[in-house]
Amino acid sequence: MTSINKPPVRHPSDRRNAIGLTKADYEGGMSTLCAGCGHDSVTAALVQAFWELDLPPHRAAKMSGIGCSSKTTGYFMRQSHGFNAVHGRMPSVTTGANAANGELTYIGISGDGDSLNIGLGQMVHAIRRNVNMLYVIENNGVYGLTKGQFSAAADLGSTSRKGEVNEQAPIDPVLLALTLGATFVARSFSGDKAQLVPILKAGLSHRGFALIDVISPCVSFNDHEGSTKSYAYVRGHEVETVATDFVPLRREITMPESHEAVTTVQMHDGSRVRLHATAPGYDPTDRETAYRHARACLDRGEVATGILFIDKAGRDLHDMNRTVDTPLAHLPFDALCPGKAALDALMARYR
Amino acid sequence: MSRVNDFAFKSGTVNGTGSASANSLLMQAIFRMGIPVTGKNIFPSNIQGLPTWYEVRVSRDGYTGRPPAIDLVVALNPSTYAQDIKSVCSGGYVVFDSSWPLDPSLLRDDVTMLGIPLGDLCREAFAGDRDRTLLRNIAYAGALTALLQIDLTVVEQMLTEKYGRKKALLESNYRAIRLGYDYARAHFTCPLPFHCEPMDRTGGAILMDGNTACALGALYAGATVGAWYPITPSTSLMETFKAFCQEYRVDPESGRNRYCILQAEDELASAGMVLGASWMGARAFTCTSGPGVSLMQEFLGYAYYAELPGVFFNVQRTGPATGLPTRTQQADLLSMAYASHGDTKHIILFPADPAECFTLTVAAFDITERFQTPVFVATDIDIGMNDWMIPRLQWDDAFVPDRGKVLDEAALAQVKKFFRYVDTDGDGVTARTLPGVGGKGAYFTRGSGHDQWGNYTEDSAAYQDLMDRIKRKFETAERALPAPVVHRRDGATIGIVMIGSPDAPVREAVDRLAAQGVAVDVMRIRSFPFAPAVREFLDQHRTVFVIEQNRDAQLRALLTVETGFPRDAMIPLIDYAGQPLTAGAIVTAMSAHLQEASV
Repeated sequence: MTSINKPPVRHPSDRRNAIGLTKADYEGGMSTLCAGCGHDSVTAALVQAFWELDLPPHRAAKMSGIGCSSKTTGYFMRQSHGFNAVHGRMPSVTTGANAANGELTYIGISGDGDSLNIGLGQMVHAIRRNVNMLYVIENNGVYGLTKGQFSAAADLGSTSRKGEVNEQAPIDPVLLALTLGATFVARSFSGDKAQLVPILKAGLSHRGFALIDVISPCVSFNDHEGSTKSYAYVRGHEVETVATDFVPLRREITMPESHEAVTTVQMHDGSRVRLHATAPGYDPTDRETAYRHARACLDRGEVATGILFIDKAGRDLHDMNRTVDTPLAHLPFDALCPGKAALDALMARYR
Repeated sequence: MSRVNDFAFKSGTVNGTGSASANSLLMQAIFRMGIPVTGKNIFPSNIQGLPTWYEVRVSRDGYTGRPPAIDLVVALNPSTYAQDIKSVCSGGYVVFDSSWPLDPSLLRDDVTMLGIPLGDLCREAFAGDRDRTLLRNIAYAGALTALLQIDLTVVEQMLTEKYGRKKALLESNYRAIRLGYDYARAHFTCPLPFHCEPMDRTGGAILMDGNTACALGALYAGATVGAWYPITPSTSLMETFKAFCQEYRVDPESGRNRYCILQAEDELASAGMVLGASWMGARAFTCTSGPGVSLMQEFLGYAYYAELPGVFFNVQRTGPATGLPTRTQQADLLSMAYASHGDTKHIILFPADPAECFTLTVAAFDITERFQTPVFVATDIDIGMNDWMIPRLQWDDAFVPDRGKVLDEAALAQVKKFFRYVDTDGDGVTARTLPGVGGKGAYFTRGSGHDQWGNYTEDSAAYQDLMDRIKRKFETAERALPAPVVHRRDGATIGIVMIGSPDAPVREAVDRLAAQGVAVDVMRIRSFPFAPAVREFLDQHRTVFVIEQNRDAQLRALLTVETGFPRDAMIPLIDYAGQPLTAGAIVTAMSAHLQEASV
């Protein structure tokens, strides 16, 4: 047997969400990743976020490319359709799927190699098109499945397990996304579930492309001293720039609204995201501030986390293409085919 | 022999000067006179300044292949004077611009030179260099109207239709036509021995290029997502689709679009977008040419294995590499048939003209969903970008698209469990569900090893089972694809096998051979993988010619591999120079071979 179907474990005492599902209903197959892999923590956070959002699993589509991270779409939401594409090409498949049916919730899971090396072109164009999707980069700075080569996310001067030093400048997905006009840019850490879950929920509620770069250490090939993507390094250098509360539409807001340095963003679906910036003067709705701050942290070797930037006014793929509300995939044939009379009339033009 | 309605002329101009308008004006006017006509645009991969030619063939017999000989040349490009004047047949005519002296060494004794001071006439009549350049072409159209006895009222009517709302433009075009027309009438004997006389052979016909017909096919088939990367010569396919959508697919109430066209970052992405949209249940397509097909290989293999629909138009151009981007060829057969690594095979449809572009495009969308695998519609630049005379396109409002085996929520309620790759019907085609469906429809689409239950596997037996089942699916498809078109003649022991655009010159060549007493059967293959009828035809003929436009006889190679028919028992008749075939070349090559064989 080469895949393991995890039997859903249920107990009458399991808590149910608003649509009557338990967290087990949001789980998937058994993970085949290494014990302690950061990606499994991201999977757990995703399960938590979906459950808390009362997302009907069949209304979501799980999209991924190739790599350790891309395998994880098999480990959550077994009742969702999944598409494990070719290496680095998940964004184009998701773009096409979303064009055909924008009603589903799209969850794209990628890695640093999948997104920043082989798939960089596709990722940046998906950002430009503002495809309505959650785009998670499970970023460990290393190629896991081929055993330890540097990815484009590896920091300058960081070392491989074998001691090789990376001499090429990294591609930082957060800085990149900010310059490209991304409408939702966040960074988190797989070891910080309390931070990650609300960010995921906010990203899922964002209408447009929501990029979340999750530092997710590779215990087998990049968790040593000299790595800047190890558990120890990230714990020692994380700067939580913006703390996030996610407030769903239905839930009453109990915390005071007008707290200093709190920005409340009303999301498209009616939910609210409350952002507490810790850095003085930080405005997560200002792209310039976000860029400067992320750049400065990077230069200091720090990892700025939280929802660093959010612009809910951006026009998504469907807005830009002025598509009808009914998903194109669901339009009846007679709404698409102009019919005999129109063709007969059209023929006069070719005489 | 009467030369009424049976001749050809060609213009040699500089591209970007507006000669295309003049040429299509003439061609269309002849067409409206009821005379069968065809045009071949031989143009450079360039926007402005390089030589370009346009050949118009007038054929009362309705032959639409490339003209056998050129009776009149309009030589307006000094850089190609020599070759253009050389290309006229003996006894023919050359129209040139006598505003400038012609090098006497270019003169030919057996050709009549008709000098018209087109440049001077336009300089006197019009202001501005741009206008003068553009209208010089309309002026030669006027001269040809007189020389070839094209109906002037038809020409003027067409200008009115084109520029009706732009009064100044209409006036100057009228004037330019008259300049050439009057000059020719005043200085030459009009009409020339070969000329036009009204007929009634085009009433049921239209002039259309294949890219337009493919776009119309996609529109009528209900395609909603088009993803593409611009590449000559496929570009106009998507642009025309877009124009049709703007006309027919805008919701009248909301003003919003019932289509989405995605201009991708490259062909890899356009292939991915097509698969994503098809997976979601939309009818989706891309259009490209050889270099794009190369880039799409990985996704094509994925779609073969994960069993996803998608229509891939390949308007072939001359390869390899960048090759000759504006010249025609049929050299992508092997790269389409087995695109991608591993054991793969892809369905290909081969329209022969724009009429079939329309019908086979509609068929392609049904076939791709029925068999859940990519379908190529393979044309070439000759079909795609030239205007062909074809019967008016027909549509039957009773048409119901075949969306293949898709289980919706109601159908899922009838089954105990849904498994994506279980072959319940024994035809190799398994049912799919569309994302978003409730119930138990979810499954995981992957390019990695999977078993019939849809689970990841590295198990040898499960892997082989699935690969064998896909093979079975293709065996089912073979019998369901558009059948070859076979034309038989009494007592023929010689057979021609071919695909696509050479259909027109092949039919003409076969008529000419018949006139010489040589009976030849023709089988035009319309789909790959080949139907059983293909091998039967091969077996039935003592001599088999395979006519194709590539260097390596790729169609013959495919026939050998797929039907087992011996390679050396098929005579390749190849032409890969990048131009549409002529009947003459076919007759000459076949006759030479038959003579050699009989010695």
